[in-house]
Amino acid sequence: MRFLINKVVLFLSTVAAILGLLFLFWILITLTIKGVCAINLHIFTNDLVNNGLRNLLVGQFVLAFIAVLIGVPIGMIAGVYLQEYSFGSKYAEVIRNLSDVMMSAPSIVIGTFVYAVIVNPVGHMNGWAGAVALAIMMIPIVLRTTDDMLFLVPKELREAGVAIGAPKYKVIFDIILKAAKVGIMTGFLLAFARIVGETAPLLFTSGNSEYFTLDLNNEFPSLTVAIYNLATMPDKNLVDIAWAGAFILTLFVLVINLFGRYIIKEKK
Amino acid sequence: MEAFFKKFSAFSAATILLILTSIFVVLFLYAKPAIKEYGLKFLIDSRWDVVVNDSNIKMATAALNQNTTDIDNEIIPTDDDLDIIEDNDLKDIPMDDDLNIEQENNVSDTKVIYGGLIPIVGTILSTILAMLFAVPIAMGIAVFLSEIAPPFISRPVGIAIELLAAIPSIIYGMWGLFYFGPFVSKIFGGGSVSLLVAGLVLGIMVIPFIASLTRDSMKTTPNVLKESAYAMGATKFEVIRDVIFPYAKKGIIGSIILALGRALGETMAVAFVIGGVFSFPHKITDPTVSIPVVLANNFAESSGMSLSVLFYLALILFVISFVVISFAKFYFLRDKR
Repeated sequence: MRFLINKVVLFLSTVAAILGLLFLFWILITLTIKGVCAINLHIFTNDLVNNGLRNLLVGQFVLAFIAVLIGVPIGMIAGVYLQEYSFGSKYAEVIRNLSDVMMSAPSIVIGTFVYAVIVNPVGHMNGWAGAVALAIMMIPIVLRTTDDMLFLVPKELREAGVAIGAPKYKVIFDIILKAAKVGIMTGFLLAFARIVGETAPLLFTSGNSEYFTLDLNNEFPSLTVAIYNLATMPDKNLVDIAWAGAFILTLFVLVINLFGRYIIKEKK
Repeated sequence: MEAFFKKFSAFSAATILLILTSIFVVLFLYAKPAIKEYGLKFLIDSRWDVVVNDSNIKMATAALNQNTTDIDNEIIPTDDDLDIIEDNDLKDIPMDDDLNIEQENNVSDTKVIYGGLIPIVGTILSTILAMLFAVPIAMGIAVFLSEIAPPFISRPVGIAIELLAAIPSIIYGMWGLFYFGPFVSKIFGGGSVSLLVAGLVLGIMVIPFIASLTRDSMKTTPNVLKESAYAMGATKFEVIRDVIFPYAKKGIIGSIILALGRALGETMAVAFVIGGVFSFPHKITDPTVSIPVVLANNFAESSGMSLSVLFYLALILFVISFVVISFAKFYFLRDKR
């Protein structure tokens, strides 16, 4: 009897695993088929107004890149503080846990927040607001990555630095951060991969545009928001463009993730 | 320089605190007109964007409390001769004998009523559905990966699962709209957008998340414990049930609650497939709406009171998910450093 139950449970859990994987591969396969069919050169050389994706791809990348420029320094230096200056204080513990909470906060709420503090005073949606929304999502991720990676740096390195009389900030920048460089860079890469696919915080911060623009003071094109708008259009051509965009986005995110894993593995 | 850098880094760390509190404060300030206007009744009022005569609002609200369960068409049934100027997107109005609806336009003393009950219920129901669907499957995957599969299967599959957790949620939504929704409606009936489809898509989205976290915490069980159980003649199932689960319990429950917190605030996976209709789902295959979807669909074209109402909803969502996630973090997933 015991062995029968054992067999049944193991069988069920295998079935559950197969079922779950089936759904997930169903997504990937339809995405690949639809995406590959819809991709052609025309898409990369034209803007949305001419049924292309060029302005959207560039726009998404620009937004994410500016978010990195804002989010990474703040997150990284905050992470340095937690690991190097706080000495395990209660305050550091609170920040650490709050940033974990913030990491899982609904992204659309961050969008509403940025709408309130930037879009509303300015009067219209603009690219900066979108980049700031993404940066806010990025800060806690970067913070925790830096924190975790610095934790792994051996104590002896710090002591050696201090022993030769270097001031602490020099020890941090020239020794500790260098030692943890690969891990931290990988963390940034993964954080970038996570925000580059975000839609909800951009919906009413950066808005959307059909034209090629690099002017962040006006509504700014982004791939994800465009996918959201295009997918529900009755025109089949536009839906196909949305699939192409979705495929490119997913491929991009997955490649970055695989690359990040590869680096971590190499390091070990 | 040293002192400057120390201060600067402390300030950077404080930005987390600053952003979180200012999100709360800003949302509250923007929601204030709506909070003043509708108060906590907002949470149990199922009317959305309904225009009522100002003088009769009190009566309408009183009547609403008697009839909350079966208000479906955003119409307020009352015994009095209440003038309701109907919302322009309503078409079929059931004409009850005791309900007088007149297309009267005395705008001066009318008022628009907003209530958050439908999106709140929609959010909670879709999340519960998602968890009911996702947790058993994710547990199955985790058990399969950590205890059943040989390494040459569990390694690539484990990586695949983790990669799937990285796919942007809008992809799940789009797939749900074009493929999974029609598939579900063939099996269960109903439309291809519904509460059921939304719940299932949401569930599929959190499966990789729960599965990989659960597998990680199951793997922390020391081999010695497992081996001694096997040595006593325990079957694999008994080892999983009596040794691994108790050992990894906190991590597993924590990851489930964390996933729940994520599902609550998920926008894009749900926006495509829930329907965006302000009505209670009487059947599981009816379309409805959730808080993030209301925000996504209405935010750009709202202003004044309707915008304030959306901020009220955003505040509610933020508070709920903050509480849920903090609970998971502080109670179950505390960093052991």
